Amino acid sequence: MTKHTLSVLVENKPGVLARVAALFSRRGFNIDSLAVGETEHPGVSRITIVVGVEVGSLEQVTKQLNKLIHVLKIVELEPDASVQRELLLVKVRADAATRGQVIDAANLFKARSVDVTPDTVTFEVTGNSDKIESFLEVLEPYGIKELVQSGTVALGRGAKSMASLSRYVSPSQVK
Amino acid sequence: MSTPVKAPKPGPRAAGAQPPRPKAPKPGPPQNSPAAAPVLTGAQAIVRALEQLEVEAVFGIPGGAILPAYDPLLDSTKVRHVLVRHEQGAGHAAEGYALATGNVGVCMATSGPGATNLVTPLADAHMDSVPVVAITGQVASAAIGTDAFQEADIQGITMPITKHSYLVTDAADIPRILAEAFHVASTGRPGPVLVDIPKDILNAKSPFVWPPKQDLPGYRPTIQPHGKQIREAASLIADAKRPVLYVGGGVVKSGAHAELRRLAELTGAPVVTTLMARGAFPDTHDQHLGMPGMHGTVPAVHALQKSDLLVALGARFDDRVTGKLSTFAPGAKIVHVDIDPAEIGKNREADVPIVGDCQAAIAAMVEAYEDPGPERLKGWWETLNDLRERYPLGYEAHDADESLAPQHVIERLGRLAPDDTIWTAGVGQHQMWASQFITYETPGTFLNSGGLGTMGFAVPAAMGAKLGEPDRTVWAIDGDGCFQMTNQELATCAVEGIPIKVAVINNGNLGMVRQWQTLFYDKRYSNTNLSTHHSDESPRVPDFVKLAESLGCVGLRCERADQVDEVIEEAGAINDRPVVVDFTVGRDAMVWPMVPAGVSNDEILYARDVRPTFDDEEAV
Repeated sequence: MTKHTLSVLVENKPGVLARVAALFSRRGFNIDSLAVGETEHPGVSRITIVVGVEVGSLEQVTKQLNKLIHVLKIVELEPDASVQRELLLVKVRADAATRGQVIDAANLFKARSVDVTPDTVTFEVTGNSDKIESFLEVLEPYGIKELVQSGTVALGRGAKSMASLSRYVSPSQVK
Repeated sequence: MSTPVKAPKPGPRAAGAQPPRPKAPKPGPPQNSPAAAPVLTGAQAIVRALEQLEVEAVFGIPGGAILPAYDPLLDSTKVRHVLVRHEQGAGHAAEGYALATGNVGVCMATSGPGATNLVTPLADAHMDSVPVVAITGQVASAAIGTDAFQEADIQGITMPITKHSYLVTDAADIPRILAEAFHVASTGRPGPVLVDIPKDILNAKSPFVWPPKQDLPGYRPTIQPHGKQIREAASLIADAKRPVLYVGGGVVKSGAHAELRRLAELTGAPVVTTLMARGAFPDTHDQHLGMPGMHGTVPAVHALQKSDLLVALGARFDDRVTGKLSTFAPGAKIVHVDIDPAEIGKNREADVPIVGDCQAAIAAMVEAYEDPGPERLKGWWETLNDLRERYPLGYEAHDADESLAPQHVIERLGRLAPDDTIWTAGVGQHQMWASQFITYETPGTFLNSGGLGTMGFAVPAAMGAKLGEPDRTVWAIDGDGCFQMTNQELATCAVEGIPIKVAVINNGNLGMVRQWQTLFYDKRYSNTNLSTHHSDESPRVPDFVKLAESLGCVGLRCERADQVDEVIEEAGAINDRPVVVDFTVGRDAMVWPMVPAGVSNDEILYARDVRPTFDDEEAV
């Protein structure tokens, strides 16, 4: 079982996320992470899916996704050839005695403090999942009160874009 | 597949292709500019769009939410509405119509239970790639999500069992969405499309623009196969010593039977036709080995197992064909042609994957093939012909109790019915015998539920087929279990003047389940006796002859072998009403050959406890 990051361009239509998510569940594929948002084009959204599958199944995943009428294009983003980021918000215990150490640790990870109380600090940090995991390990001893993580978003490296959207975008979607 | 919607193909053109041609005016219906377009209600727009799409018949039942659509339907002189008795019947009738005519079948239902009753036929159409459009009423837009009366999220419910689905939110979209629905249903790998329309949208007024501009940027079926792959396939066929053409329903869907015959005769390779492809290659053709799979012929099953090259044409390596997948055709390379890329490599890795329409692909293979001479297949044919001689399809004429043999009934039906008869079947023993003992010469003559295995398919599908092909005889071969699931549509047939013929192969039991209980459950017959036979303990419940008569049909009964021909002739002569024949047959007949579920095809049994012996192994 290996993790793969799929970047899926879809028509921004009602229910498209449900179709994609339902397809994964009914075909028995596991979604590790999912993020969806608009793109540079208002008619098109990009869904970034991290999926854990056997090598042979990845092809089946993408082929089944491609059959959805609202799916425009799918690319697998290799870790080496793409920038992959998650966003973490984490609220950690930090009183007067420990706050300095906690903030030092956060600085090492280029985390920003976004909320401070006498007992806690909340940090915002972005990075790939390894970095996020390491950061959490460092904070663990101080006491993590709560955290939230976004799904992975990713873009391919280099000058090229995933697709010339004009190939897929119909005039009616041009606002 | 021909498409009734002649819309511009969306999507990019291949590099180097000719520039897009100027859009020629569409033939037929006049064009409307939005300014000059007539203003119609959503309901009127549905009927007008169906007329423009040349829909001949809609099968359905009105109800609260869809009610507005039924008013303009009353005035349409082009679209005939067939009032069915259950929405499942509407869906299967639409399938039967589509399978018999090649056109899109249309069914209509109201919201909530009307729509959920369409779920089974939509799932059936999805599994067997049948072009169907279902139009459902929905509660008013403002009530959606409030658990309103007769509200069901039918778009959500049917998402996994439709090719695509729509919830209409603007009456102005109705022409476009219906045109798209027909296009999606009938092109590429065909399938069902659902269009759900809230009641307020049916009443809202909007300009009716036709032809509408379709908006399907993500839908681009690949039709033309890749030339290099075709050449590779042709050369593998020429090199193979034990090739088999493994023909599936895609060949029927793409109308590739003529091309298939050319390829078969050119290469000299044996042909097997799956349950969905019966008739795609003539049964009487010398190269035809019959049906493969769980109840396939010994030569067909063995040919696949021992092949060195399977050329899968519009087939999907279904478990009922492959048996235990890891032991299926272990020595074969695979050429796999399918219009659905997701089928290729799904169950069995392909050595030469070819995405494209079967007709185009087979024609291209014929072009690319260079024949090395017939000698190379001599040994292969000797093996197969020996198996054909030793293991023909057959049955024992009578059970021990001298009851009527179901296979005999079906065989005689096949012999006595007109050549161009359309056959439908339910699911179970009678379906397998209908596949085995009727000779199919042309595609589209055997309509049945393969993938989903829907009991009750036969009667409504026959109704749809007969409506689409009124000049042909349509025989539904049904079981007593199946028949009791959907026979209410005989009332529809009687009232609407759709004179189908139904042969109930009445063994008084859920026969296939009983067969498994006999073989694998120590003859413990749990809940398989349906009491449709006359016995000392009980009369027939129901009496199918009386049931048929009460449904406005002619009811006949046949209980002895010497009556069979006479009764079939009698049924054949009745053309003003539907006919039901209760063929009361023995309950112990079993379907043979058989590959038990989950084991290798090599374990095929010719009859109970009889394993065929093959040349390459010691006699058992």
